[in-house]
Amino acid sequence: MPLLELRDISFAYPAHAPVLEGANLTIHAGERLSIVGPNGVGKSTLLKIAVGLLRPSSGQVLAFGQERRTETEFAEVRRRIGYVFQDPDDQLFCPTVAEDIAFGPLNLGKSRDEALAIVDDILQQLHLTHLRDRITHRLSGGEKRLVTLATVLAMEPEMLLLDEPTNALDVENEARLIEILQNLPQAILLISHNPEFSAKIAPRGYGLRAGKLERLAG
Amino acid sequence: MSDRLTNPEKTLRIGPMMTMGHIPDLDPRMRIVLAALFAVVVISLSDLIALCLAVLVAVTLLPLSGLPAKRTFKRMAAMDGFIIFTLILLPFSVAGTPMFTFLGFDASWEGLRQAVEIALTANAVILALMCLVGSMEPVTMGHALHALRMPEQLVQLLMFTTRYIETLREEYMRLRAAMKMRGFRPGTNWHTYRSFGYLVGMMLVRALERSERVLGAMKCRGFMGRFVLLEQFRMTDRDWLFAALMTAASVFLLVVQFRHAFA
Repeated sequence: MPLLELRDISFAYPAHAPVLEGANLTIHAGERLSIVGPNGVGKSTLLKIAVGLLRPSSGQVLAFGQERRTETEFAEVRRRIGYVFQDPDDQLFCPTVAEDIAFGPLNLGKSRDEALAIVDDILQQLHLTHLRDRITHRLSGGEKRLVTLATVLAMEPEMLLLDEPTNALDVENEARLIEILQNLPQAILLISHNPEFSAKIAPRGYGLRAGKLERLAG
Repeated sequence: MSDRLTNPEKTLRIGPMMTMGHIPDLDPRMRIVLAALFAVVVISLSDLIALCLAVLVAVTLLPLSGLPAKRTFKRMAAMDGFIIFTLILLPFSVAGTPMFTFLGFDASWEGLRQAVEIALTANAVILALMCLVGSMEPVTMGHALHALRMPEQLVQLLMFTTRYIETLREEYMRLRAAMKMRGFRPGTNWHTYRSFGYLVGMMLVRALERSERVLGAMKCRGFMGRFVLLEQFRMTDRDWLFAALMTAASVFLLVVQFRHAFA
């Protein structure tokens, strides 16, 4: 059973030409795939459709063996798929790092103490403990990126969607990110314009052109 | 606009590490409550001796708060700038025993007294507020307000504002820099007004789009419309002692105010 399957997805933003026209994608547990393609072809749109932030005009989203249509159905999907947004400022909205990481677990019904335990756990795992009580908007670009990953991992997702995670990362932080991602058990669906990075994280994948996904050789 | 938000001045405290005074270590909830209590008491005062004592209490708080005295007084003066015209006009607008005549208008002693009263009240309250509440991080204040059972929506607004004001400022600075790089110099002409209109419009559009992305990111992490805040506060002996002293000072001010009634 695939973790995520997109069948014949079509999507158009209001008053715009369609971005996706019959896109198909399948990803299994532990699998790592990247989606490549020029700017504005709908790569991010596809990820948003996968977690129900956007609804396709036609086609089906199947996650964890079930078709997902309604907000409630997608709420469960979002708990099991972690989405790292393109801009960390969109994702880190709590005042402090600890609170931001605890936000997900608290939403999942964890108690305050459990959430704090998860916070410390994740920070230690990613070697970010020194950032625990920092104010999120005062973090550097690289720190923000690593913390967004921590906020997502805190929910123990089965799969990660990464939207250009190397944006605004310096060489050192990029190496850290690669090291972290390579050691994670989760399936990964990656959007990246950075060929070296994709080669290390998810060498195989799809090309998105003219609204359709084509499986790339390799 | 940008000069108002230079880095060290975003909060009254110089930085998160500054712990020169004692007040920043005290329970933030208690500080907010005490500031409110002090304000209510001072507003109810009309006796000039009591008001002077109130100012004295507020000035005493200043060294305890660890705030830089010079900058704090400057901020106080900025607030005075708002009420200065009221203060100047009061002697002329209140009827009573004439003090002197200016351009055919009589200034009254009663009006002057009221002006002094207002000036003392305002300065005592604002100084105490800055010392007690202005010395905490906005984030801490949000948590404290939440702990004080303030409406959740308002606390959230405050928290989001503190989180995104810096992002907005950076966006503003980037757009301004981009305008400058293309030779834009503000003047008194339509081109300037229009360009600033575009700038503000662009910031609004971006803020709106960002808010949608933020909501999306929150949903992805299981947000269902309710926030759970982490921080827990605890009152220590020092907190109780400080609260007792401040309350005693407030009661004393009331006693001075109503001393004739007791006699």
